[in-house]
Amino acid sequence: MESLGHSSHSDSQSFLWKYVFSTDHKVIGIQYTITSLLFLLFGFTLMMLLRWQLAYPGSPLPLGWLLGEGRMPGGVMLPEFYNELGAMHGTIMVFLGIVPLSVGGFGNYVLPLQIGAPDMAFPRLNMASYWVYFLGGVVMLVSFFLPGGAANSGWTSYPPLADIATTGQTAWLIGIILLATSSLFGAINFITTIIQLRAPGLSFMRLPFFVWAQFVTAFLLLLAFPPLEAAAFLQIMDRVAGTSFFLPTGLVVSGQVVDVAGGGSPVLWQHLFWFLAHPEVYVLILPALGITAEIIANNTRKPLWGYRALVYSALFIGFMSFVVWAHHMFLTGMGTAIAAFFQATTMIISIPSVVILTALFLSLWGASIRFTTPMLFCLAFLPMFGIGGLTGLPLGLATTDIYLHDTYYVIGHFHYIVAPGTIFALFAGIYYWFPKVTGRMMNERLGKIHFWTSLVFMNGVFFPMLIQGMAGVSRRLYDGGTSYLHAQDVLYLNVVMSISAWGLGLAQIPFIYNFFASIKKGVAVDRNPWRATTLEWLAPSPPPHGNFEALPTVYRAPYEYSVPGMEADFLPQHKPGPDRATEPVPKPTQEQPAET
Amino acid sequence: MASEFGEHFDAKKHVRAYLIVFGALGILTALTVAASYLDISTTAHILVALFIATVKGSLVAAYFMHLVSERRMIYSILLFTVIFLIALLLFPLFGSLDQIEIT
Amino acid sequence: MSVESIPYTVEPRPDTGVNNVKVGIWLFLSSEVMLFGALFASYILLRHGAPTWPHGSEYLNIPLATVNTFVLIASSVTMVMAWASLMKRDTRQYRIYMGLTILAGLIFLGIKYVEYSEKFHHGLAPRTNTFLAIYFTMTGLHALHVFGGTVVNTYLLGPGMKLWERNQAQFTNRVENAGLFWHLVDLIWIFLFPILYLL
Repeated sequence: MESLGHSSHSDSQSFLWKYVFSTDHKVIGIQYTITSLLFLLFGFTLMMLLRWQLAYPGSPLPLGWLLGEGRMPGGVMLPEFYNELGAMHGTIMVFLGIVPLSVGGFGNYVLPLQIGAPDMAFPRLNMASYWVYFLGGVVMLVSFFLPGGAANSGWTSYPPLADIATTGQTAWLIGIILLATSSLFGAINFITTIIQLRAPGLSFMRLPFFVWAQFVTAFLLLLAFPPLEAAAFLQIMDRVAGTSFFLPTGLVVSGQVVDVAGGGSPVLWQHLFWFLAHPEVYVLILPALGITAEIIANNTRKPLWGYRALVYSALFIGFMSFVVWAHHMFLTGMGTAIAAFFQATTMIISIPSVVILTALFLSLWGASIRFTTPMLFCLAFLPMFGIGGLTGLPLGLATTDIYLHDTYYVIGHFHYIVAPGTIFALFAGIYYWFPKVTGRMMNERLGKIHFWTSLVFMNGVFFPMLIQGMAGVSRRLYDGGTSYLHAQDVLYLNVVMSISAWGLGLAQIPFIYNFFASIKKGVAVDRNPWRATTLEWLAPSPPPHGNFEALPTVYRAPYEYSVPGMEADFLPQHKPGPDRATEPVPKPTQEQPAET
Repeated sequence: MASEFGEHFDAKKHVRAYLIVFGALGILTALTVAASYLDISTTAHILVALFIATVKGSLVAAYFMHLVSERRMIYSILLFTVIFLIALLLFPLFGSLDQIEIT
Repeated sequence: MSVESIPYTVEPRPDTGVNNVKVGIWLFLSSEVMLFGALFASYILLRHGAPTWPHGSEYLNIPLATVNTFVLIASSVTMVMAWASLMKRDTRQYRIYMGLTILAGLIFLGIKYVEYSEKFHHGLAPRTNTFLAIYFTMTGLHALHVFGGTVVNTYLLGPGMKLWERNQAQFTNRVENAGLFWHLVDLIWIFLFPILYLL
């Protein structure tokens, strides 16, 4: 076997094979990261546009006429375009932004390094997974230019509406199939890599929690995506081949009975869709929990509290996430028995989530916290994710869900988890692992500005949603609730939210500048600037092809910080030698005050 | 244990197993078709057909796919797949069996 | 990164007892089980919600499909025999069995072509009713998998055999893993046939 750090053939590779179709997990990770960040920005822009209509319904947006007569005649948004923005915002953020960043970006780059492997188990499959994702993204973007525009039936694509919608919907379905395929390739790679390529001495219970999180996430993607692929295929058949999988008998559209065989079931789509989409939300949060765990351990200089509890909770969440999906369907006419079942499983799954959050909070106890930018994002993540999780409880209880379903409360709930939740953790991860990828630090001052402004505006956008939702304002309303009597008292919040959203957009500018400028002008650092214990910090920054000069061996658990009696306040996993000080730690005498 | 290339491979034993399974599958296929002509209720038809198919499938999985001698690692992957498959097959049906009364 | 420098591509990892590709293929097969599982779940829900549901014999050719079932089962046997031949390092026998497997796949697809064109000739299409819709979709997707598997098998009988000269173990594993896919395709048909044709 050739030595690991030696690039055997990269010198003779053309630019195309070395950078574009690279099979190196680090290059692929960077490709995923840049592409997904661009999609996040684009998806966010769609929402900033949409929020103009919500804040000032029916009024023209300056320069809005540039988008054309078919979308914003005279700068006033058409309802059809509003629906496109809503559907594509959700689709792009979830499928083209967050998952590719947390799994494709962070997972690909960090995972092999953290387990001491030279690369993923299947490098060519890895390369294929990125390009299929890219293709799916292109299909989604191109759909905006089809007659009738992009998909406009919500990110959930419910039939019968989605079955009879404009051409963009078919493009959406094709895009989803491509993205699911990309995730499938990735999932196979991640699971095999974690099982098979762990360095000697790295047993499962010595894995960093980030790796466990990616492991469970990969299983969710592997087993939950195929039913959505099947469903997408069925919906394509309905739209293109005239079948009636989801079209009920006697469906009337615009006064006419639709000329199809009928006999289909719209609820069938919901079952197949949510079978994926529920595990998908755990795909959205688990890698973020993994990133947060790493950064908290590192910046508290203490082992994480309750490692085993964290691991078992993550596994339990993974399992339970497959049997809760119909809590999205409480209002489809299901009876009390089946509703009670899904309500019970939903309540049960909240327990391991609370355990994980509690363990992370408890990890702060007695710590000497380093308030670095990544740590600030992670500290904010904890209560933000807490709000998001707690607001989920009335939705999981069927009786309260009857009132809250499809209101702004739901939007507030899930955005709290994904936006000041997951996205904050992803920001933290970027600030944290930036020096590993580039050998330079990002600027701390810009980072803090980014953090505080984002935190304020995030809450400005999403907290009012909880209020509007409890007042009964429905989601996906083109006029933001203007024509509803019960919404009048909370309409002013639309302006608050829109201004906060635009503020949130501006708040990203320091980050974008910081990200690119630091690549060239950031402070250069050695391979372990954070003085961390996990294996990725052993490799040079940036790591070469093959990652390590020599395959590491692991000697201990992942978070051995502040081991009593040891000189350094951290013991890296790869360093041989004693785990304890060889001299006994002196006991406190009578005169010394007790430790607080 | 699952056979590795280079280790001693008892070809005769394996081939014998394959041929026996082949015979069994043939018989069971004929049985499936024959059973479809029985005069029993639809539910009974479904149960019989599924039962025979499960037996056939298990033979293919166990002997052609070597599951009978495979590692625990592979079993655990499959166990979770089967559990979630059953959930996917049954829960939507339960949902449509238990519906609210429209008054 | 050359594939050879990634450990356990061919030889098994001591503590798990398997090599990477075997883990990978079983994971892939699990996802295929969920894919077809979703279609079976759709069948269940659609049939349960339908006021009437035709018996398979009303629309479908049972004798032809029974023949197809035997063809596919036989191909499963020849596939595993192909792998066993390689384990005995008998490349001549391997070629015969793999060739038979490919032939069986083509026969299966040929019979499906006959079935489908018979239906289209009578004006029966997926849009006609839900039974035919789910029939065409499930058997169509299955046939696509038979086609894909046959393409892979043809590669392993043709240009793919060059690997045998470089790394016999790796090539044998490849045939084994292609076989696992092929057996799953057979397994799915074992459920599809009675459910669609005989119930």
